Amino acid sequence: MLIDTMLYHIGRYSLMLKSVISKPERFSMYYKETLRQMDGIGVGSAFIVVLISLFIGAVTAVQFAYQLGDSFVPTYYIGYIVRDIAIIEMAPTITCLVLAGKVGSNIAAEIGGMRQKEHIDAMEIMGVNTASYLIMPKLVAAIVVIPMLVALAAFVSICGGYLATVLTGAVSHSEYILGIRSFFIPNNVTIMFVKALVFAFILTTVSAYQGYHVKGGSIELGEASTNAVVVSDVLILVFDYLLAVLLT
Amino acid sequence: MIRTENLVKTFGDNEVLKGITTEFHAGKNNLIIGRSGAGKTVLLKLLVGLFKPTEGTVYYNDVDYFSLNPRQLREIRMQVGMLFQGNALFDSMTVEENIRFPLDMFTKMTQKEKQDRVNYCLERVNLEGVNPRYPSEVSGGMQKRVGIARAIVLEPKYLFCDEPNSGLDPETAIVIDELIADITKEQNITTVINTHDMNSVMGIGDKIILMKNGHVVWDGDKNEVMESDSEVLQHFIFASPFLKRLREDALTLRHQGD
Ligand SMILES: Nc1ncnc2c1ncn2[C@@H]1O[C@H](COP(=O)(O)OP(=O)(O)OP(=O)(O)O)[C@@H](O)[C@H]1O
Ligand SMILES: [Mg+2]
Repeated sequence: MLIDTMLYHIGRYSLMLKSVISKPERFSMYYKETLRQMDGIGVGSAFIVVLISLFIGAVTAVQFAYQLGDSFVPTYYIGYIVRDIAIIEMAPTITCLVLAGKVGSNIAAEIGGMRQKEHIDAMEIMGVNTASYLIMPKLVAAIVVIPMLVALAAFVSICGGYLATVLTGAVSHSEYILGIRSFFIPNNVTIMFVKALVFAFILTTVSAYQGYHVKGGSIELGEASTNAVVVSDVLILVFDYLLAVLLT
Repeated sequence: MIRTENLVKTFGDNEVLKGITTEFHAGKNNLIIGRSGAGKTVLLKLLVGLFKPTEGTVYYNDVDYFSLNPRQLREIRMQVGMLFQGNALFDSMTVEENIRFPLDMFTKMTQKEKQDRVNYCLERVNLEGVNPRYPSEVSGGMQKRVGIARAIVLEPKYLFCDEPNSGLDPETAIVIDELIADITKEQNITTVINTHDMNSVMGIGDKIILMKNGHVVWDGDKNEVMESDSEVLQHFIFASPFLKRLREDALTLRHQGD
């Protein structure tokens, strides 16, 4: 039963993806819409991403400083730990979990509303490939913008760690800088971007799927929006694990 | 011309259409009438492919609509205009953007040409000057007319209207009917209209099919409506005692004249 439902959704999701990825009817229409989405996702989410990253960086640093206590581990390790946690895990995963809540629910509600008000039917009848026109610009925008947000999040986290430790005197400026410059593995940055891309893909397509296939009325629209967030979150965490196993 | 062959549509165990075979002609106002829940909207959505038939099929000029590949389907759909029961205007776009949308999507017109075409269509539906307003800022009757303008902007060969004048006052309803009828004649469009408005039936019905319980139970034109002694038809059309008496009087008068 559960397996049936899952296979049904996976099948329908794949079919939707197939129609999403096709040649645009009119490039300029898609381009305009993509820019609008980039603005929405990027500029619209930058503040919350910066805020959360700043605090996560700060908390990581403070916690680690506390755990080091009077141990023999040199204090400059704080910078090193904050950097790696931010790049490998916190920036891509937390940012995308947050974006699944903010952008994902928005995508599901927008597309779901269009489905319910027969806007999608109206476009279909004109001959528009609606899956493509409604989803591709969002997907492209997310794939371009979300990695940038993730990079920003990593940078801000590291700054957050700095502010929380150097300003309070737990670590000196030069120790923290030494820390973030130690044991650097460039491949970690690649992992960060791979995660960001995969998560961006998941959260836009899963949310769009929820909205595109919504039926009924406002209660179902609310459910679709919730499902978009929950399913995206679960899949992001599952893929986070899989990528960790695969890439490290 | 559009022809349906033994169209059957079921939802779960609810058989809404039970084998509809009929034809809709070019340059004619083809009306589908029937009580609420008779399956008019379902039939219309089958005609345009928003639903897939459980059995049977639809032919556009002898082309089987449901065996087309996506490219052929898109070609036909660009010749189709539809007015939805709930208008389906894009509410985050202005009236002008709504009407221009198909032009932006499918034509290589210049901005100027698009602007002219939009203005022409708005003029055609007597709505000059509402371009910058949002659909929520104009009245229901105006929304219908915007819907019509959007439906005809690409000069369709087929026009589908689902209850074009429900919720309108009789005067506006007649204006909308005549608008659709004129456009149909002018551009030789195959127009299919769902309605339960008797004024439309008697005013513009070039071909009328009456649906009941998933079947077509009567078909004919507006002149035959009066004459027909089909009981289901009389029962449906002259449901009110007032209309029933009017018809009897009219027929008596006519017979006296003979
Ligand atoms: N998407 C759907 N899923 C399940 N059943 C449906 C669906 N659409 C319509 N039906 C059923 O089909 C029947 C006919 O509905 P339809 O909307 O075609 O009626 P109608 O003739 O257009 O009525 P009205 O004049 O009130 O618009 C109804 O019993 C309805 O429950
Ligand atoms: Mg209906």
